[in-house]
Amino acid sequence: MSTATIEPGTAPLKAADFRSDQEVRWCPGCGDYAILNAFAAVLPKIGVRKENIAVVSGIGCSSRFPYYMDTYGFHGIHGRAPAIATGLKATRPELQVWVVTGDGDGLSIGGNHLIHALRRNADIKILLFNNRIYGLTKGQYSPTSEVGKRTASSPYGSVERPFNPLALALAAEATFVARSVDVYKDHLQGVLTRAAQHRGSAFVEIYQNCNIFNDGAFSSITERELRETNNIQIEHDQPLVFGAKGARKGLRRKGGSGPIEVVDLPEGADTSAILRHDETAQDQGLAYSLSHLEPPSYPAPIGVFRCVDLPTFEDRIWGQIKDAQEKKPGANLASLLERGDVWEVGEDGKIEELAG
Amino acid sequence: MATESMETQPPQHVETVERVVVRFAGDSGDGIQLTGNQFTTTAAVAGNDLATLPDFPAEIRAPAGTLPGVSGFQMSFSSFDIHTAGDQADVLVAFNPAALKVNLRDLRPNGMLVLNQDAFSGKNLEKAGYTSNPIEDGSLDGYQTFAIPVTTLTRKALHDKGLSSRDVDRCKNFFVLGLLFHLYQRSDETTVRWLSKHLKRKDLADGNLTALKAGRAYGEATEAFQVTYQVEPAPFEPGVYRNVMGNSALALGLVAASLRSGRPLVFSGYPITPASTVLHELARYKEYGVVTLQSEDEIAAMTSSLGAAFGGALAVTATSGPGLALKGEAMGLGVMTELPVVICDIQRAGPSTGMPTKVEQADLLQAMWGRHGEAPMPIVACSSPGDCFMTALEAARIALKYMVPVILLSDGYIASASEPWKLPDESELPRIPVNLITAANNGEYMPYKRDSKTLARSWALPGTPGLEHRIGGIEKEDVTGDVSYDPQNHQRMTTIRQEKINGIANDIPEAEVDGPASGRLLILGWGSTRGPIAGAIRRKRTEGKQVSWVHLRHLNPFPRNLGDVLRKFERVLIPEMNMGQLEKLIRMDFLIEPVGLHKVQGKPFLSQEIAEKIDELLEV
Repeated sequence: MSTATIEPGTAPLKAADFRSDQEVRWCPGCGDYAILNAFAAVLPKIGVRKENIAVVSGIGCSSRFPYYMDTYGFHGIHGRAPAIATGLKATRPELQVWVVTGDGDGLSIGGNHLIHALRRNADIKILLFNNRIYGLTKGQYSPTSEVGKRTASSPYGSVERPFNPLALALAAEATFVARSVDVYKDHLQGVLTRAAQHRGSAFVEIYQNCNIFNDGAFSSITERELRETNNIQIEHDQPLVFGAKGARKGLRRKGGSGPIEVVDLPEGADTSAILRHDETAQDQGLAYSLSHLEPPSYPAPIGVFRCVDLPTFEDRIWGQIKDAQEKKPGANLASLLERGDVWEVGEDGKIEELAG
Repeated sequence: MATESMETQPPQHVETVERVVVRFAGDSGDGIQLTGNQFTTTAAVAGNDLATLPDFPAEIRAPAGTLPGVSGFQMSFSSFDIHTAGDQADVLVAFNPAALKVNLRDLRPNGMLVLNQDAFSGKNLEKAGYTSNPIEDGSLDGYQTFAIPVTTLTRKALHDKGLSSRDVDRCKNFFVLGLLFHLYQRSDETTVRWLSKHLKRKDLADGNLTALKAGRAYGEATEAFQVTYQVEPAPFEPGVYRNVMGNSALALGLVAASLRSGRPLVFSGYPITPASTVLHELARYKEYGVVTLQSEDEIAAMTSSLGAAFGGALAVTATSGPGLALKGEAMGLGVMTELPVVICDIQRAGPSTGMPTKVEQADLLQAMWGRHGEAPMPIVACSSPGDCFMTALEAARIALKYMVPVILLSDGYIASASEPWKLPDESELPRIPVNLITAANNGEYMPYKRDSKTLARSWALPGTPGLEHRIGGIEKEDVTGDVSYDPQNHQRMTTIRQEKINGIANDIPEAEVDGPASGRLLILGWGSTRGPIAGAIRRKRTEGKQVSWVHLRHLNPFPRNLGDVLRKFERVLIPEMNMGQLEKLIRMDFLIEPVGLHKVQGKPFLSQEIAEKIDELLEV
């Protein structure tokens, strides 16, 4: 079942058409503004009518998102957005359903719903704004906060090892897994467009700065002077190379099969051992290894880690229903009730067994 | 029928009885439920009224021959209108010593005891805790005991069938079934048809049929059984009937509500005893467009139902007490977003895991108040297996008409108990209006604008151009649905949500009194106590005592005349399988002092227990 799209000849919509009249209430300077703008900019381009889009969220700063979009929206309760979205998508496969969640909402209280939504391959696009902190509750460490993080609830430093959201999504076998960054406007729009086009469970981690409680959490990759050395844009069927002109580097496996290492690629260097990215790979080994790379030893990969085509949850549900309706046409109340052993008591009290 | 062969056999005396209670008991692998169901269907087709009560062990397959492994099935059939599977058994069939040990206390004095003698030896006796063989030690003298070598006789009958010895022994329940068919003059027809339709292995179907006939022949030939019994058909209204279990009727009612409302049924549930069979049943109805989701947990079951309701479905979830507790926060979201969802709670003995396969009615107050904040919800309750159908329709009607989550209370007793059920005609089913809106008045859509009579908000489905809107758990401004923290608005919205529920009282039938409208004693019941109360009242009225009765389907809000009805009686007795939950609500709402009768033993009331309480109250 395909998502209902705009008929040809309809006046094109603009980003502003997707924005509601509600006043946006995030802190000034919050990374969420950039993501909201990117999202609103992408929607007119994907060709889906706005009444056919639903944005579902849980609780947290990011979860205010639906109120700011002039689409259908459901602001749920903490952690449950993927489950709400699953119910909606199963009921109405023709809708395009987005989930907006955060690292606390999606990975802590709602972790179970997230992994099950991904494993089922429901066609839901889940955007996880990762700021590595609880913002709305005023600055506690989150499931993605680094060990040693000092927060209101961890004054001596967090003793918990963080989740790697991409590794989790890959392990749950989401059919689309990607990462982008709030301030990388073009890249973010590109990734959101790819997520919109994907049919199946799409998981997008977006590094998002919380300038109040965790300012600069991603500065090691977003600072202008570090961007080229600390990021690697991974692209399908392209070599994994990065770095400024004249200081190119590449990723390869040590000794051909060992851990990933960074190698310098001077002009004319042999690139045959440099890894190539394959987002369609059945074996998720490389994607998993990539998901764990981070500065200072490695560049942080951004882009689409995995994109494979598998039947969706809702297609399978409605496929079974369609088959049953073809095999048993004319289902009505009488056929519903007269199942099993049925007998009739006549006006004279005589009993006759009817074929059940 | 048995009459044909009786001509060639020694004549046996035929005694006509009005009602018989039979209990089958054995290992959970002995085919007890199957035997019981065959006997039940045959009695139904013979025109008896009947009621069944299965008693499953909590373990799927406890070690064979042990007390925890005993599975039971009690059924009562009669020539008059009955409501329960009976207080005491007239006949107990025990396939092994453990089954005898667990069930003997429920057999009436001088009742008939049919035992598989082959199983009463060494190990089995030991496992059941017998130090001597009860068949031989005289401890069963107070009963008409028939110790029959069922295993040996079945093996003999099937020796030339080419079945494995394991398969042969699996046929022994049909030997006993055949014997009982003889004793109660039943035809084989229904069972023969069932065997050919449901057993894929023809050799096993044939084996079972041979065992069935051998059992009947044994009953006819042996001189042990001097008497056979006849139970005349009960007077039934003309119509088409089937035997139905509560959870099946509930599922049927939900699908019927989908057909009547034109809204697709989307069911989301997490497996939990004794609610899982609602999911099983609905998963079969794909040709009716029913979507079933087996959710990852109870919270997801509730929240995905809300997602489905947002999308325009008749959304339903089913659970038991522990699951209802987990759903609490999400139910509050349903109250806030004013979406139609039916939440079925098939109650079981709690708290915590409690006794999962045993019955209790102790979730009424959880249903009333088990949410944070002011979060009122309508509550309806099923009172018998067949009644689950109409109660499901009523829950759906209220949910869709009033745009509100509704709790339907059933319990582990009626969930798997069965009774003959007259199939309703389409014209008897309620019309179920829905509040769909397809275009906004004067341009802008107002999601919290209400119907002035029902106070229901409209239902604008995603996909409808021009009605894009956002709902959510944050308090919303009256009419516009914008996020609002305005103090007066929250007061107003809280009041509206309560008034909407209160107003449903004008849209449900008034409480009807069975018996005189005033007097010394009224019994007020709800849920599955209907059967035992009916039995108790029947007995007392036969004795000439005057007892009136009201049985509630609607528990929130109550029928609008309930207070007036109750005040016309000197005493109000409320039997409940809890510690007095309806009693508290009645006291609170009407400032009267009811008398409670409480039972929390994992078993339904016996009619006798209620009858004794009636006597006690009428004597004072």
